[in-house]
Amino acid sequence: MNPLHGTAADWVGLTILLPFLGFLVNGALAFVRPDDKRTVSLVGVGSVAVAFLVGVAVFFAVLGKHPEEAYVRSYWTWMTAGDLEIHAALQVDRLSVLMLLVVTGVGSLIHLFSVGYMHDDPGYARYFAYLNLFIAFMLVLVLGANFPVLFVGWEGVGLCSYLLIGFWFTDRQKAAAGLKAFLVNRIGDAGFLVAMFLIYRNLGTLDFVTVLRNAPLQLAPGGPVVTAIALFLFLGCAGKSAQIPLYTWLPDAMAGPTPVSALIHAATMVTAGVFLVARAGVLFAMAPVASAVVGGVGALTALFAASIGLKQWDIKKVLAYSTVSQLGYMFVGVGAGAYAAGIFHLVTHAFFKALLFLGSGSIIHAMHHAYHHTHNPADAQDMRNMGGLRAYLPTTFRTMGVATLAIAGIPPLAGFFSKDEILASAFGRGADDPFWYLVWALGAAAALLTAFYMTRLMLYTFYGPNRTGAAEQPHLAESPKVMTVPLVVLAVLTVLGGAINLPHVGTLHRWLEPVTAPAVAYTLGTPVSLGVELGLMALAIAIAVVGIRLAMTRLHPEQLVPAEQAPAERGFAKLLLEKYRVDELYDAVIVRPLVFFSRVVLWKGVDAGAIDGAGVNGSAFVARALGWVGSRLQTGQVSAYVLCFVLGALAVLGALTR
Amino acid sequence: MLGPSLAVSAILFSLGVVGVLLRRNAIVIFMCIELMLNAVNLTFVALSQQLGLDGQVFVFFVMTVAAAEAAVGLAIIIALYRHRDTVNLQDLNLLRG
Repeated sequence: MNPLHGTAADWVGLTILLPFLGFLVNGALAFVRPDDKRTVSLVGVGSVAVAFLVGVAVFFAVLGKHPEEAYVRSYWTWMTAGDLEIHAALQVDRLSVLMLLVVTGVGSLIHLFSVGYMHDDPGYARYFAYLNLFIAFMLVLVLGANFPVLFVGWEGVGLCSYLLIGFWFTDRQKAAAGLKAFLVNRIGDAGFLVAMFLIYRNLGTLDFVTVLRNAPLQLAPGGPVVTAIALFLFLGCAGKSAQIPLYTWLPDAMAGPTPVSALIHAATMVTAGVFLVARAGVLFAMAPVASAVVGGVGALTALFAASIGLKQWDIKKVLAYSTVSQLGYMFVGVGAGAYAAGIFHLVTHAFFKALLFLGSGSIIHAMHHAYHHTHNPADAQDMRNMGGLRAYLPTTFRTMGVATLAIAGIPPLAGFFSKDEILASAFGRGADDPFWYLVWALGAAAALLTAFYMTRLMLYTFYGPNRTGAAEQPHLAESPKVMTVPLVVLAVLTVLGGAINLPHVGTLHRWLEPVTAPAVAYTLGTPVSLGVELGLMALAIAIAVVGIRLAMTRLHPEQLVPAEQAPAERGFAKLLLEKYRVDELYDAVIVRPLVFFSRVVLWKGVDAGAIDGAGVNGSAFVARALGWVGSRLQTGQVSAYVLCFVLGALAVLGALTR
Repeated sequence: MLGPSLAVSAILFSLGVVGVLLRRNAIVIFMCIELMLNAVNLTFVALSQQLGLDGQVFVFFVMTVAAAEAAVGLAIIIALYRHRDTVNLQDLNLLRG
């Protein structure tokens, strides 16, 4: 009997049920009383906040009983097929509890922020219904006790992501962005499904506990089967967590409301891939090739996305590419076998990136408000239209400043410790396999770019003269308390978050030990010596300082002109602004040939030609032809019928008398 | 006597069939049908000499039905004539496909 039985952990299902009920109530209100914003806010924020409290209770239950094994709470048998039995079951272990706290905690703050941000939107109730549904599905994802349950959450959050990206669906571009996110994710999900089939075929079960226990016994380490499973799983992760080559949907996903970008496309959903790799850690650890792919793709994505972030003008696009880049770091961590480090960065990133997005939301809110006053159609998200906002939005400025230092990697803020640990573990793997030195180098280079583009963002928005417009300036004002309080709370978490896993103390490491230990046992790696560790740390700080310094000396916010008068970019800068034209490349290589093939071969050839022409119209033609032949026999002449009649009678007679 | 009787009846029946097949006038065809009925009646009577009186009884039934049929059939032909001004069956081919 698991020691968690009979404790608050039994209530874990409530954390899913509450936001789901919130979804039902808000969804009903959206139809019945869409203007009752008080009730909507109360239900929307309240359900998630209470779920967070339940999560805290579950956390303390786990803390008090410190169970070594996962506590699986099965609710009902979902499906039975042959010897496969899948339960609708939730799993409470140290990893899922941590994720539960992050999702509901950060989720509550973002729900609260949304009350202010979305206050004047006509779709207020619908918005909160979707947001609550998202929290429910996200919790299904992190708490699920087997692959299919996790997959339900996985698809559910994808659905909510689609709905919220296209929240303002009357704008064609935004609706298209939602569609793009959905379709790109399908590619990854196909990989996930294949991985599940392979796991079932080779291990006969899909429960996490059994799969992770039996995989080392039944599969050959490094063999083709486990490598294929891990790679297909990673394809799913690359889709959900926006890694090369499937990252293109995330920057477009910024079409949704900014709190959605903070919650779904920075803090929680997009980290699901990292969570899955950590959850199925044993499978990845048994396949060194797959782990190397994970780390390599992560490092490449980190550098690639960071370089695009250097030249974006849309404040949310900068943050979007920053998110893609930071997700790359997390994959470097889990790929290198430092599962705890990857999860650590996931947690700290949830804090500081949610803060950055909410801060940008606060800015956009103020900008939009000012432009709305004067009916100016200018872009409220373009940094060239900002500048000097420090004076107008002091709280937003301070909190975003903290987050910028954290993501750049300045100690003692949260981002420094987590990023440093990931890079150190990649460096540590380098002793066995020089490939990991390359990964480390890419990560370090990306860190330099990160410091640079984040400083650039701060300089262009908050420093220099204001470029919003003379008529708009008096209308720029700090956002209401309901929006700034979440910013302050997240800023505090960003400052203190690193404390959960200080080097050589490793609280989070020890906390996750029961989950990660079986996987870590497979990973060859020499812990770096203290000297090297300190050296790497000093290097990381130096990189961050150089990046910030470089941005401050090279960029001149006072020389910037508003977006409308800005000159066109040239050369490499243009290529960066156009995101390396990857979207255009995909369009030319995949989308257009696919559409051409579908139109000419599948539609005109197979459907219209073969199926409609030969099949449907062909059979109709044959029936008509036979009917025509038959109708020729009907002369209408009585004598002809009688002749047939007589001949028939004679034939019968002849047959009878023979 | 049986053989010649059956032969006459067969000849009469065949004449009737050929008449129905070849003639065009509805009334003539009708008469040919009557001819076939009476050919059958002749068969009944001829065979009743050996097989009992049932055949002769049956002939009366056939004659009764034939009388009724003649009444109905002639009525139809008259109606047809009133409607179409002809009793030529070659002109009546509404069932042609």
